[in-house]
Amino acid sequence: MEPTGPRRDQPLSAPAGGDELLRVEELRTYFFHRGTTVRAVDGISYQLNRGEVLGVVGESGSGKTVSGLSLLRLIDSPPGRIVGGRIWFDGQELLSLTEAEMREIRGNEIAMIFQEPLTSLNPVFTVGDQIVEALVLHRGMTKAQAREEAISLLARVGIPNPAERFKAYPHQLSGGMRQRAMIAMALSCRPKLLIADEPTTALDVSIQAQILELMKELQRDFRMAMIFITHDLGVISEVCDRVNVMYAGRIVEQGTTPQLFTSPRHPYTWGLLDCLPKIDEPRRQRLTPIIGQPPNLARLPSGCTFHPRCPYAWEKCRVEEPPLFRLPEGQTVRCWLYEPSRAEAPVRLIAREEIEVRRVVDHRPLLEVQGLVKHFPITRGILQRKVADVVAVDGIDFTVNRGETLGLVGESGCGKTTTGRLVLRLLEPTAGTIRFDGVDLRSLKGDQLRSFRRRMQIVFQDPFSSLNPRRTVGSIIAQPIEVHRLAQGREVEERVRHILERVGLNPVYANRYPHEFSGGQRQRIGIARAIAANPDFIVLDEPVSALDVSIQAQIINLLQDLQLELGLSYIFIAHDLSVVRAVSDRVAVMYLGKIVELADNAEFYGNPLHPYTKALLSAVPRIDPARRGARQRIILPGDVPSPINPPSGCRFHTRCPYRFTPCDKIEPRLRDIGSGHFVACHLYDPEFAEQAGLAGKAVPATEAVVGSPGQG
Amino acid sequence: MTDRDAAIERAELTTGVSPAVAIEELVSERPESPWRLTWRRFLRHRLAVVSAVFLLALFVTALLAPWIAPYDPNAIDLQLAQFGRPASPSLAHPMGSDQVGRDLLSRVIHGSRVSLAVGFLATGFAIVVGTVLGAIAGYAGRWVDMAIMRVADMMLAFPPLLFLMAVLVGVRPSALTISLAIGVINWMYVARLVRGEFLTLRTREYAEAARAIGVPTWAIIFRELLPNAMGPIIVAATLSIPAAILTESTLSFLGFGIQPPTASWGNMLQNAFTYLRDYRAWWMGFYPGLMIALTVLAFNFVGDGLRDALDPRSRID
Repeated sequence: MEPTGPRRDQPLSAPAGGDELLRVEELRTYFFHRGTTVRAVDGISYQLNRGEVLGVVGESGSGKTVSGLSLLRLIDSPPGRIVGGRIWFDGQELLSLTEAEMREIRGNEIAMIFQEPLTSLNPVFTVGDQIVEALVLHRGMTKAQAREEAISLLARVGIPNPAERFKAYPHQLSGGMRQRAMIAMALSCRPKLLIADEPTTALDVSIQAQILELMKELQRDFRMAMIFITHDLGVISEVCDRVNVMYAGRIVEQGTTPQLFTSPRHPYTWGLLDCLPKIDEPRRQRLTPIIGQPPNLARLPSGCTFHPRCPYAWEKCRVEEPPLFRLPEGQTVRCWLYEPSRAEAPVRLIAREEIEVRRVVDHRPLLEVQGLVKHFPITRGILQRKVADVVAVDGIDFTVNRGETLGLVGESGCGKTTTGRLVLRLLEPTAGTIRFDGVDLRSLKGDQLRSFRRRMQIVFQDPFSSLNPRRTVGSIIAQPIEVHRLAQGREVEERVRHILERVGLNPVYANRYPHEFSGGQRQRIGIARAIAANPDFIVLDEPVSALDVSIQAQIINLLQDLQLELGLSYIFIAHDLSVVRAVSDRVAVMYLGKIVELADNAEFYGNPLHPYTKALLSAVPRIDPARRGARQRIILPGDVPSPINPPSGCRFHTRCPYRFTPCDKIEPRLRDIGSGHFVACHLYDPEFAEQAGLAGKAVPATEAVVGSPGQG
Repeated sequence: MTDRDAAIERAELTTGVSPAVAIEELVSERPESPWRLTWRRFLRHRLAVVSAVFLLALFVTALLAPWIAPYDPNAIDLQLAQFGRPASPSLAHPMGSDQVGRDLLSRVIHGSRVSLAVGFLATGFAIVVGTVLGAIAGYAGRWVDMAIMRVADMMLAFPPLLFLMAVLVGVRPSALTISLAIGVINWMYVARLVRGEFLTLRTREYAEAARAIGVPTWAIIFRELLPNAMGPIIVAATLSIPAAILTESTLSFLGFGIQPPTASWGNMLQNAFTYLRDYRAWWMGFYPGLMIALTVLAFNFVGDGLRDALDPRSRID
């Protein structure tokens, strides 16, 4: 164990061999804002070989995006500046190049793709023209050659009808298609290095699986090095060879992907791995969050920046910053636990709290929904003539029992959010009945409905837009108490303080404004507002999907604790199947306005039946680097069809690998196939059993890829 | 230190948050409230601050006019204006006099009362009506929106000056009636603006949260959402005051405004017209005109300053 000081002049790695493409030494990028210095990237060093995939993982504010932008020198100045370090790329030092020379590198030698393709594509040019421009500029092609090449690139990234799509504008493409177009553009000049900044974060799981598969394949074929920036350890495990774990602008751990997952070293890495809900672990886990909040980069803690959140920290950590220690296995770790003079090897304290949350579930339903339908009319012209309907929710039935959590999952546009709003009557249903504790909600009007609202609440996804910026936290939480006259005068303040404590916030925060809080804290405020009026039932609409994983675990635990303590019933809406597994008693999957499968948690994850559920579950990136490549996964072709004109028969038939005769003609009903496992699929219908058996044996009916990713 | 320790202990007990983070939060300076931030940003706008000081001085002058003005604004002094010839500026009468020897400085000071009163009253009326109707239209949508906005469109199609002149032939022109009339032709601009704001505000999740809590609709519109639309409304108000002042001056100039002998900047300009031609009495027009120009300019600068300070997208810090 030879310590490698952070400010040594020699590079951390061996001198450049023939295979080295990129070496970053002590890179520092700071932002200067109103007299404070934000050290977004603070002395990072790493090295990347040709054709290698490096993962950069970290939470928001860890500096992972800025480190990527710094490589291309795309830091806005002011307020940002690269204040130190060297970037050796293919024999050149990038920081010493002129701006003109740098332009030659950008897009040509190093390309970058971003999280949201819609903002990185120019909306007034067609996708094709934008690729052609790059080709003409960087590869000196004629217009005609470039057009030819652009179409073949679009075909290469899996865009159907590339000659047609060449003429499409960015907004005419779906999210997945846009990301493919972005990739095509990035690849147009055959870059030696591709930097991908959260390229799949904005996409649905089934689309994410498609894009990850595509990127792996292209990386192999073009023998291109890649830096993959993400917060998702599952994605890292699926694609990367080596990983940098970043925290507060520094690399805290470096190693190969198998090392990171099988023998992680840094307490932060342990924390990250422990706080994730895992899809293959038993139901209703209590998660192990990392305590506290991410650090304020303008006022970093002394010593090791992680020490305030680290359960292993001792005096030295508070005072002295640890250097990077190189371990015999080849990993480097920035943590005093690995100081060579320490005798004993560090012990990781907790693997996981394997406590099942025990709860009494009362089997009288609290909420019963039958035949719920919601159409949003599309109108046109001055007379507001109705031209079509968006079929958001199309006849769904379910119940929520007392003290239970029903998980509602599905991809964007499946109607899960609309369902949440409908059961609270924040939207008027087009048809159907909603009974809450025996009362028909649709019969309530005006004041009756308003006073009934005390009993049902909602927590929103976006912790920023869900709190009124002009109100103090105290008045936000007091509002439900005042509206329903649950307390008066000083008693209101008393209750607000109590609720703030209950959700883990300091009661002195009551007179602060929402913008003074971090995302996780705001979400606590949103939860405080929801429980303030002692409701029986809360719709949780993606309550953790905007949060970092360490904070996500805190919020999930809080929600589970509150449920037990206050006897709440939840509908938990989410797209993340691992989170849903951790919190739900029963799970329902929606696809294009229909529930396609509904079952008990254990049954749902242990024995999924609907082909769509199976595909969704297999598309979730897993932390299992050893078995990557061996794992069978179902990659669904194409996009979710438009809800304006949903497919006939079974809505999923256009993408279903098992589709057979009745699927495009007859709509399957949601049937109980035993012990409360409901599925809407002809494969499990005795009427079609014989044909289904045939279909099961036959070659999949569509071009869906069923197989290991290794086969391309 | 003991305070700090106590704070840490309390934070640990109540929040379960790690102590170091708690210290950081408790000891660190609080970020500013939204309104304080706006104020600080406004102060950085040099021209706007100077204009605001000028306007403040003008308000004080208008308020204290009877005590500040050196002469009675309506006192005729035929010694001063011999044979109906306006006296040019002198030490005793810094802005000179008009054709009947009334002191122009005193008249300008008293005239500011009319201009400011009309500016504020007319704008106040336009803002109140425009905000209420715009907010309801934007929040309710559908046919309510349709009805309100079509009325606004019809009003916008009227030639404003003709409308004003027609109204003021019928009623006796006073600061109040003129203000109401100007308000009637200006609320539509405010309504359009506020409606636009509400179209986006009503989709904010905190509006939905308020509905989910059971907050009555009127309270959602006026207590929950309106404070978030105040920025643009304040800016619109500041920019519509000078427009109202100009309109009043125009009306007075055309003889439909405040009637003599009461002084207003507009009717002083009109009066100056003849004497400018016959006696080259430039001071009769120059000073009221200058005051109109300065006041309008100052309001516009303040409006610009407020817009920059209130707009979260403009990053002047």
